[in-house]
This record gives sequence, structure tokens and C-alpha cells, in this order.
Amino acid sequence: MTNASQSVRDFVAPHVRVLPKSGIRAFFDIVASRKDVISLGIGEPDFQTPWHIRARTIEAIESGATRYTSNLGSPELRQALAAYTERAFHVSYDWTSEIVVTVGVSEAFDIAFRATLSPGDEVLYHEPAFVAYAPLMRTTHAVPVPVATRRADDFRVRVSDLEKKITPRTRALFLNYPNNPTGAALRREDVEALAAFAIRHDLLVYTDEVYAELTYEGDRVSIAAMPGMKDRTIFLNGFSKAWSMTGFRLGYVCAPPALADAMMKIHQYGMMCASSISQAAGLEALRAGDDDIAGMRDSYRQRRNYIVASLNAMGLDCFTPPGAFYVFPSITSTGLSSDEFALRLLNEESVACVPGTAFGACGEGHIRCTYATGMESLKKAMERMSAFVTRLRA
Amino acid sequence: MEALLTLLKQNARESDDTLAKMLNTTADDVHARIAALEASGVIRAYQAVVNTDIIADHNDVCAVIELRIRPEREGGFDRIAQRIGRFPQVVSMFLMSGGYDLLLFVTGRNLQEVAGFVSGTLAPIDGVLATATHFMLKTYKDHGVLMTGEDNDQRLTICP
Repeated sequence: MTNASQSVRDFVAPHVRVLPKSGIRAFFDIVASRKDVISLGIGEPDFQTPWHIRARTIEAIESGATRYTSNLGSPELRQALAAYTERAFHVSYDWTSEIVVTVGVSEAFDIAFRATLSPGDEVLYHEPAFVAYAPLMRTTHAVPVPVATRRADDFRVRVSDLEKKITPRTRALFLNYPNNPTGAALRREDVEALAAFAIRHDLLVYTDEVYAELTYEGDRVSIAAMPGMKDRTIFLNGFSKAWSMTGFRLGYVCAPPALADAMMKIHQYGMMCASSISQAAGLEALRAGDDDIAGMRDSYRQRRNYIVASLNAMGLDCFTPPGAFYVFPSITSTGLSSDEFALRLLNEESVACVPGTAFGACGEGHIRCTYATGMESLKKAMERMSAFVTRLRA
Repeated sequence: MEALLTLLKQNARESDDTLAKMLNTTADDVHARIAALEASGVIRAYQAVVNTDIIADHNDVCAVIELRIRPEREGGFDRIAQRIGRFPQVVSMFLMSGGYDLLLFVTGRNLQEVAGFVSGTLAPIDGVLATATHFMLKTYKDHGVLMTGEDNDQRLTICP
């Protein structure tokens, strides 16, 4: 005889049952039980959404813009997105047929995978990686194939490593630069080599550009803009990081018409449309939000300089990441594993960082620290971490 | 504006070492640049932004005073502005365009003291044509710092 919970669990599809829970989530449960923790674990901007964007959102409600929009997203927003991708990424999308506004970039991944992957298809992606990619691929019965990146390459994915994982079933390549969790960014020559690789093996490319606006140094080059790539690229982006709009859940996906149309079918049945209120906010961000990004980016850059200098000063090797708002220092010199380091740092100094292994096996030996937090907290966290590391080495 | 000045305007108490790390330079360089900014008069002073509304025994009043003044043949508004600016009660003063000439921020221990300063000291000055006094009731924002709200970080402690 089975009890109630047993019988409920039996209904869960086998491929979902085996999905791992986010490694971050497990750590969060521990952190949530503690008081006075300085958190460097938050992958979310600490800035308030710029006031003019919030004000425009309120205005949208007041003026009654509270109904369904087109499944694809409001025409005004899609036109603004087409203009934005043109000026920011030098890639032209037709707003009538190549852009779908989604509920955050998260939904954009989901519909992109579901629209393009069949059971058994293999997708190459670089690790360490954001926790959602591989599990979402698995929900389509596709096979995510991790490709390790290394500190020696500043965590830029190498074509030679990708080549080793190619099989007849390889269908797509997933890219996320600037990267969560390493902060790595690609150089133009990297992107050119990856484009040639994708064309050589006839691969579809997904590119998650959600941190693109937080690029501090070097070119911001999207693979979608490379010659011959637009027709085989699904470009994913959102408003959360650039304009500090995480709660608005607003993203978008750009792709050739046939792919956009396939994604739209799933989107219209699953989501209908993104929130009309959030779309009004997104339009305001695109029309008048360039200065907001510039101001926040300057602050992030200064904090990044501070945290990198502080980590290196305490002997935790850390390259200066050109983008996003994370650093991924090596903690191997302390002799602890990532999990041990993060847990002991939390227990002994009340500083929360995320173990590198939460982002894939090759994250071992590292921790992820975010600097999307105020300077005062950052300074305290670095002082405490320095004391902790000094004690470990004593 | 130079990045160093922007950072000092946000927090003038930041240490040279922290500023150096943020600006990717050395503490000695920061020290020298601040000294130069002070010497050239770009940095005039360092002050705390204080929310006097929540200080229990704080009874000072602040008034915003619009002044219309008569410009002089030589020197325009400058000489009379210099003269008014020397009074310790005048905290800030600006030459304005529009319906009046000078805008003053004046403090005093109580309403009577400020009123006395305006009627007994400012108004009789030769060249002052008219005054309009507005008492400040509550500070919501000062020097770019909001005095209430938006400070609580309501983000999850850890998220992807």
C-alpha cells in the first residue's frame, strides 16, 4: 500500500523526476536560516529600477493599458527592440516577424529549446554555466553536452574543446557571454572562430546576451552579427540586468521568421503574451534608459576593480572579468573544496558566496561572488573573507 | 566629472586605499589627486548629509529666501552677494534667473530668529529691493540623498 505522497510522486514524469534542483537553491536554504549575513550570492542588481521607468509603469496602469497585447508583444515595443538590436548589436531584425517578447529571458530559453530540439539532440554548452540551461534542455529530452572552460583561457570557450564533443547528433551550440558565473567575455576573434565552427558543423546557435550591456572592456560582439550567422542564431535578451528590472519579467527572443514563428506558437499557447504593464516599462527603458545603464555600469566597474584587487591581495587568484557582475576567484590555494569553502565562510564569517560547483563540475576550486551589492557591504565582506583566508593559512 | 570626484561626492569618507582599488590605481595616486583638487579649490569642503528631521533635540529652522536686489554699476550683483554671503546665518546662496535675483538658504534657532534676520538685517541692506521668505517644513531629499524609503534591500539573499 502506498501513502499519498508516494502516489503523487509517481505521477511525475521520469525525465523531470531526475532533474537536479539548483545547487544555488540548496545553499540558499542554509543562508536563509542565518541572520546578519552579508550576501555576495545575489545575481540581481542592487539598484532600484530607474524612477522614470517605474513612473511610466504606473502611468500605464492609470491609462488602462492593462489588457492582452499581441502574442508577439506590443508593436511599439517590438519596433523599439528592432532599433535597439540594430544600434547595440549591429544586427537587423524585422519587428513584424523576427521578434517575440517573452516573460523574462527564462521563458525565451524555454520556447527556444522547445521549438528547436527533438529527443536525443545534443547541445554543446560551456561550463561553468547558469543553472537553468541544461535542465531546460533536458525537459525537451535533448542532451546537454558540457564543455569545460578554464581560468587559463579567462573562461572563454575554445573551439578545439568544442570539436572534441561533436557527434552526428550535435544539433546546437549555446553561448552566454558576458558569462554568469565567471564574468568572462568573448573577443572578436573568439566569436569569429565560433561562427566558423557553427557553420562548419551546421549548428543552430543560441546566444544569451542578458549581460551584454554590462560589458566593461573590449568589443561587445554578438555572434548573431557575424556574416552568415543570423539565419542560424537565436538571440536571447532581457531587461533584468541592464535596467535593473528583474521583477518585471520581461525578455525577448530574436530569430529568423521560421524559428520566431515556431517559438511564437509555444509562447501563445503557454503564456499568451508578456505583461502589458511590463511591456510599457520596457518601452520606456529602450527609449530613455541609455543614461541609466551608463551610470550603473560605471558603479559596477568600480566595484569590480575593488573586489578583484581585494581578492588577489588575499591570495585568491581572480582575473579581471570584462563583463556581468560576478567574479569567480580560485580558492584552491586554501586547500578546501568549493562547497567546504563556501560553507565555512558562511558559518565562520557570515559571508555568503555560491560554490563554483553549483554551475557545473568544472566550477570546483572556485566560488562565485557578485558585486551587485553596495560598497559598504562589499568592503565588510572582503575584510571578513580576508580574515577567514588568513586563518586558514595560519 | 572625474570619477574620483563622483566617488567622493557619494562618500567623502572613503579611504584612499578603497578609492584606489575602485579606480584601478594606487593609494598614493589617489592621495595626490585629492590634494591637487583641494589645492585648486575644486574640493572646497567635506560635510555629512544629515537628516535633521529625526534628531530629537534639533529645533533649528531653515528658510528659503528669495531676494530681489539692485545691481551695481560696476560689479553687478557680485559685491552685494559677497556682503550677504558673509552672514553666518546664510548657509547657501545662488544667483538665479527668473522673478528674483538671489536665492538664500538661511538657518536659525527658531522662527523668530530667522524672521529677525530677514527683517532686521537683510531687508535694510542698501540695494535689497524685496524679500520673500519660505520656511522649510520637512526634508525629503538633500544633496541627492533620499531621507526616507528605498533603503531596504528586499532581494533574496541568494538567487541565480
